[in-house]
Amino acid sequence: MTATFWRESFIIGRRQMRMNLRNPAWVLIGIFQPVLYLLLFGPLLRPLVQQLGVENEYTFFVPGMLVQLGIFGAFFAGFSLIGEWREGVIEAERVTPASRTALLVGRLGRDLVQLFVQAVILVALGYVLGMRAPFGGIVLGVVLTLVVGGACAAASNALALTTKSEDVMAPVINVVMMPVLLLSGILLPMTLGPTWLEKASEFMPVRHIVDAVRSSFAGEVVGSGLLWGTLWSGALLVVALWWGTSTFRTENA
Amino acid sequence: MIHARGLVQTFTTRQGKKKTDVRAVDGVDLDVAEGEVVGFLGPNGAGKTTTLRMLTTLLTPTAGTATVAGFDVVKDSVEVRRRIGYVSQTGSTFSAARAGEEVMDHGMLYGRTRAQVDKRGKELFAELQLDGLWERMPKNMSGGQKRRLDIAMGLIHDPTLVFLDEPTTGLDPQARANLWEHIADLRRRRGATVFITTHYLDEADTLSDRIVIIDRGRIVAADTADNLKNAVAGDLVDLEVADPAHRTAAAERLETVAEQPRHGLPGVEIEGTHVRGRVQRAGRALPGLLAALHEADVVLDAIEVHRPTLDDVFLTLTGRSLRDAESGSGTIDGADGADGATSRPATSAPVPPSSAQPTTSTSLTGADR
Repeated sequence: MTATFWRESFIIGRRQMRMNLRNPAWVLIGIFQPVLYLLLFGPLLRPLVQQLGVENEYTFFVPGMLVQLGIFGAFFAGFSLIGEWREGVIEAERVTPASRTALLVGRLGRDLVQLFVQAVILVALGYVLGMRAPFGGIVLGVVLTLVVGGACAAASNALALTTKSEDVMAPVINVVMMPVLLLSGILLPMTLGPTWLEKASEFMPVRHIVDAVRSSFAGEVVGSGLLWGTLWSGALLVVALWWGTSTFRTENA
Repeated sequence: MIHARGLVQTFTTRQGKKKTDVRAVDGVDLDVAEGEVVGFLGPNGAGKTTTLRMLTTLLTPTAGTATVAGFDVVKDSVEVRRRIGYVSQTGSTFSAARAGEEVMDHGMLYGRTRAQVDKRGKELFAELQLDGLWERMPKNMSGGQKRRLDIAMGLIHDPTLVFLDEPTTGLDPQARANLWEHIADLRRRRGATVFITTHYLDEADTLSDRIVIIDRGRIVAADTADNLKNAVAGDLVDLEVADPAHRTAAAERLETVAEQPRHGLPGVEIEGTHVRGRVQRAGRALPGLLAALHEADVVLDAIEVHRPTLDDVFLTLTGRSLRDAESGSGTIDGADGADGATSRPATSAPVPPSSAQPTTSTSLTGADR
């Protein structure tokens, strides 16, 4: 299966890339947001460095922005799928012998390439602003970001094919995103908060992923933080891939 | 090529908290031989597309079995997909992609090489009169061009069996006539077996060797158009009698040879100067009828005999005219008049079959007198 599977995924992914490159507005909007955060929110953290317990505000902040980019950018990946579904593209692909997983993975390929480029820009800008991080840690952090981004993109595609309506999907994403943003410590570490809030955030998988990316940027490779984050992002990816594939398999009418 | 037994598809619809199971397809048996062109006719909502989606492996049947192109649609769905082409109702290309690239990518998903699909795609574009549109975006194409592009998508891997779902819905008359040529070509040029769903009577009549009629999820008839017409409706004999005094006498004579009223079919009826009735094998009955009319001193101003239409067939089989079934189902693209009739609101009584004249509601039927 494997050779055919990767070929099919590549065909799907290349088609998606081609269309994205023809209309790069969304890619630019996607990168613009974290850049603004870095430029306009990052400086606010400087006086707080002591309280945050870190040496460098950008080494703290860039990982958070990376995960935010991975999760939130990817959550919107499904919207283009609804347009394709409406025009019969998904059905046309489903009537071919191509693997249903390839139909999803090809699309994730596009999302991951896009996310990777955005991550590189973000990290480079972080460096320019004064971030200090070991190269190995950065690589690991970006890989984790890609894994969680892939999971979110798969979930977004699954949600798109389940709801088949932007009007239903947009509020669902908003409802999901608010607690994720607030409970994962992307902007400020959860350790700053009262005990109940920190306990609550323990139940938010994304928090552990943010912590893991932060640890790897800080060079703390040994430690349970990185392990938990890796496990969580891997688990999310597996579940989302399964969900996404099943929607491509059984999508109705 | 297609053998289906007892196909069932049940959808669950929710109204408030109450869930209801709708049997969109309710036990369909189908047999299509190799090289046949079969028209799958029925009003919107009859279960045509659902049946088609089960046969093309897009939808798993709730019950029943189907073998398509030699393979089971559930167990060997991938093998079925390799062998069939599907031209869906909604289209198959993204509006902002390039036509040629869409066709090539689609072909490559069937395992064809880039060179193969490039060559085949360009041949198909030439055959389907899409020359020069390789780089064009579907959103900048006319309705007819887009449909032909969908057909190119469905044929890029040279399938032996082609499914077309409502191929001409929404097209203007010229584009329809043009598309019919191309559909007829599918068998003529490549010997493909063709399965077309349509709610247009003339389309089924023109294109297919055999017609399968579906209504409310069940097959109500399957035969050649001629056999269907001969079996159920009988020819329409239309006598024009200008003198009002003679019309009743004319109707009485016509009744002796005409079909009795049943189902949706009215018996002999008088409408304006016309006296109409359905007569089996009118050619044989006519000399006797003319002699009887002559004996009764009825002066005929005109006599016309119309072969039955598929709408008459549908009416006799289901008690509803196809157009009424359409408007009853509440779809937008239903009675858009492409089968030669003007669109009209749903009427409670079936519209008397007439091929040319518009009918009025003040007809006096034989039974009323």
